[in-house]
Amino acid sequence: MSRDRLVVGRNVRKVDGVKLVTGGAAFTDDVQIPGMLYGKILPSPHAHARIRRIDTRKAKALAGVHAVLTYKDVPRVPHTTAGQAWPEPSPYDTYLLDSKVRFVGDRVAAVAAESRAIAERALALIEVDYEILPAVLDMEQAMAPGAAVIHDEPDSTKIYDREHNIAGYILREIGNVEQGFADSDYIVEREFRTQRQQHCPIEPHITISWLDTDGRLVIRTSTQVPYHSRRQVAMILQIPVSRVHVIKPRIGGGFGGKQEMLLEDICGALTLATRRPVKIEFTREEEFYMARSRHPQRLRMKMGVTRDGIVLASQLTVLATTGAYGSHSTTVQGNTGSKVLPLYRAPNMRFECHVVYTNNPVAGAFRGYGCPQGFFAQETLVDEIACELGMDPLEFHRKNVIRLGDTDHLSAQLGEGKEGLPRLVRSCGLPQCMERAARAIGWAQKRKSLPNGHSHLRRGVGMACTMQGSGIAGVDWASAFLKMNEDGSFYLQVGASDVGGGADTVLAQIAAETLGVTLDKIIITSGDTDITPFDVGAYASSTTIISGGAVKKAAGKVRAQVLDLASKMLDAPVDKLDCGNNEVFTTCVCRKAVSMTDLAMQAMYKEKLQIMDGASHFNTDSPPPFCATFAEVEVDTETGQVRVVHLATAVDPGTAINPMQAEGQVEGAVAQGLGYALTEELVLDAAGRPVNANFLDYKMFAAEDMPKLTTILVETDEPLGPYGAKSISEVPINGPAPAIANAIFHAVGVRIRKLPIRPEDVLRALGAKRAANLEEEALLTP
Amino acid sequence: MFGSRGVFAMKTMELHLTVNGQSLNWSIAPGELLLDVLRRQGYFGVKRGCEKGECGACAVLVDGKPINSCLMFAAQAEGRHVLTIEGVAIDGKLDPVQEAFLDHGAVQCGFCTPGMVISAKALLDRRPDPTEDEVREALAGHLCRCTGYLKPVEAVLAAASKRKNRARRVKPLTEVSR
Repeated sequence: MSRDRLVVGRNVRKVDGVKLVTGGAAFTDDVQIPGMLYGKILPSPHAHARIRRIDTRKAKALAGVHAVLTYKDVPRVPHTTAGQAWPEPSPYDTYLLDSKVRFVGDRVAAVAAESRAIAERALALIEVDYEILPAVLDMEQAMAPGAAVIHDEPDSTKIYDREHNIAGYILREIGNVEQGFADSDYIVEREFRTQRQQHCPIEPHITISWLDTDGRLVIRTSTQVPYHSRRQVAMILQIPVSRVHVIKPRIGGGFGGKQEMLLEDICGALTLATRRPVKIEFTREEEFYMARSRHPQRLRMKMGVTRDGIVLASQLTVLATTGAYGSHSTTVQGNTGSKVLPLYRAPNMRFECHVVYTNNPVAGAFRGYGCPQGFFAQETLVDEIACELGMDPLEFHRKNVIRLGDTDHLSAQLGEGKEGLPRLVRSCGLPQCMERAARAIGWAQKRKSLPNGHSHLRRGVGMACTMQGSGIAGVDWASAFLKMNEDGSFYLQVGASDVGGGADTVLAQIAAETLGVTLDKIIITSGDTDITPFDVGAYASSTTIISGGAVKKAAGKVRAQVLDLASKMLDAPVDKLDCGNNEVFTTCVCRKAVSMTDLAMQAMYKEKLQIMDGASHFNTDSPPPFCATFAEVEVDTETGQVRVVHLATAVDPGTAINPMQAEGQVEGAVAQGLGYALTEELVLDAAGRPVNANFLDYKMFAAEDMPKLTTILVETDEPLGPYGAKSISEVPINGPAPAIANAIFHAVGVRIRKLPIRPEDVLRALGAKRAANLEEEALLTP
Repeated sequence: MFGSRGVFAMKTMELHLTVNGQSLNWSIAPGELLLDVLRRQGYFGVKRGCEKGECGACAVLVDGKPINSCLMFAAQAEGRHVLTIEGVAIDGKLDPVQEAFLDHGAVQCGFCTPGMVISAKALLDRRPDPTEDEVREALAGHLCRCTGYLKPVEAVLAAASKRKNRARRVKPLTEVSR
């Protein structure tokens, strides 16, 4: 289409905004269903134990209790809770309820009662005799000979090596890494550690299920993956998919934590047992340790460069723990290699990873999906190499990063649980991202001189470059359906799951643009398995490019039907027609037009024709969005406190369908990235129990804590995306940690290689540096 | 409804309060939290995020002051004026803070939004022309995992200047009438 875009690329209000800003009843919990019971899960107090005996008689006898379920009462179906496309690459190592518990917080039993108070009382009345087993809490010990075997049950499948607690193992190499290192003038190898971060959606996980008047199981749930949940619940409860109806209302934040079938199965089981509506919601404390988290990793990264600073070889060796169950285990860790190493054009790359089970809370999908860990290691190492070579890190990046027209061959070897597809860079705004973010932070001047003087407050600047994907190549797919209404509006049905990021708005914008109507003419319903066509769900930065691609295709087909009818009504050939501003008009000089309303009435009452169509869409490539993050920090050398003064993030998302929303994605990701860098960690005690499962002790950034943010969108035109769009929601989370670590080095000359970077880490490193300096002086002094 | 059997037998009490300008009498249990009672009465805009006063999602105004309704017994609201998010827009007309939240992209998932809007409104009622720091302080009790706070802060500042401009426009008229 040649005309200027009318809806795409505009800062329109969110289509669901008014109901959100006025407190409309839009979320899972915003319904009252007569006769609804309150469900509650009994969490394991032990990290690893076998249930010798479980007695539920007292709990069942309590007035107001309608059901108590243990492993004896439910089908035993090995599955994964990871909301992934079938067949899920994650191990089938999880059970609705089991006679063994594998982490503090694992399900022991579930009750449904007439109130929350009764449900809680009933949990306390369940008598459990545990045989406490030795627990594996340290991932470094998980593979050691003699370590307790966490998944000794024989019926789990797809576990790489259960005897050694290895959920998954990955080894991939392109080129010849040994030769690459042999040819290098300079080789650096370092070890990095990252922590367990929790998603902290402000709406905790919640599910309400009931039987409709046809006896079908309806599940209203806070999910990113309604279709995967439907399939998994049906399998676990052993009922046909056709007997399950999943509804995704508005969702109070997901960030990957809701790419899980987490409460839907147990809530559904309680409904089937009681024939009553049941609600289960996590308390905030439960959300911290019974839901999912980011995989902690130990990363060893080695890089070889020429003396001119050209990367010849890179090697990343990772040990990660998935906790007690292997949800997203190999796929998250696969990303740590496949999305990270190819940022550099090294001809030789090697990635090896063990993902081990431990008796810790379960890790899963989390915005960035393995990349924040990998980029922390890679970008901190690259900064060190550049500094050692006396090169400006920005110059080092300019020389080495992936370019337009390059092919990333590592992705071909390392797909989602199987071989992948090569990635060709068809759009790349990374050079402009670097230049513009550098300018925003004042890089050129500040790298040379900062007014630090003799103050104990020392400033520094650091940078990092990162990339991600846009959907999983060859796996993610989506569909959309559109029908025209009598007033010339269109009803858009998509399986895509808006979890707060604004997908409904972006998809409606794409439909409106294609059909030539204003945004108010698109009514959208999303994420309802009875009403909307299939979509894999909201993950892997896929919605705009994949679901948006489906919407654009469907809208294109409907547009063709509209033009066909208009051609009759206006007596003009289709190729002389265009749509815009809610009408179809001729493009020749003698302008004739018919309004969408008149056209719709003609279709419905004269032609007896419902204008409607649908389409499916997938891509065989995952175009990378790019990001440059620049940070200025102030380090207090007396307390070790790091204050981020300014964070500039420039992102290439392809076309920003809604720039205001795209910026919001960047700023939200940055806030989570700041927490990841400096404050957030779910801490476990020596018995595997969480010690800071609340918002006071687990520190997220609040409004007052935020640094100055600069957000820059560098738009490119991606051939594989609808209207040139790629993705934006994940990539900006990767940069803050390495950029801040590098800025700390610039400020005070110490390298911190663990996250989060706490004041004590900085103080300790400063102390070690001082001691080393003194030693050196002592050696030099005769 | 409250498990009125056995050990869970609860006495009920009458609560008289004003919610969003409406005078109401409710039957409550003595230990119930204001959050639970408001939600049961259908004020779903009052969100449950942590139940410990740490996230601010359940904020309402009690006699004009923002409070976390999860930290207040419903009985303590006796005789007081409660404003929930449902009462902020009047006759379908959005408050300038709500308009600004929409125009500035300050709403993402929308779960923390009611609390933020409530606190922002209280701030602007108290200080019509706040500094950015004052806005950040007013929003500090509201955890948001989506926005990074920049757009909500911009929205509150924009709403303040909109209100101020409107006040300025009104001024000459009052001068004329004098």
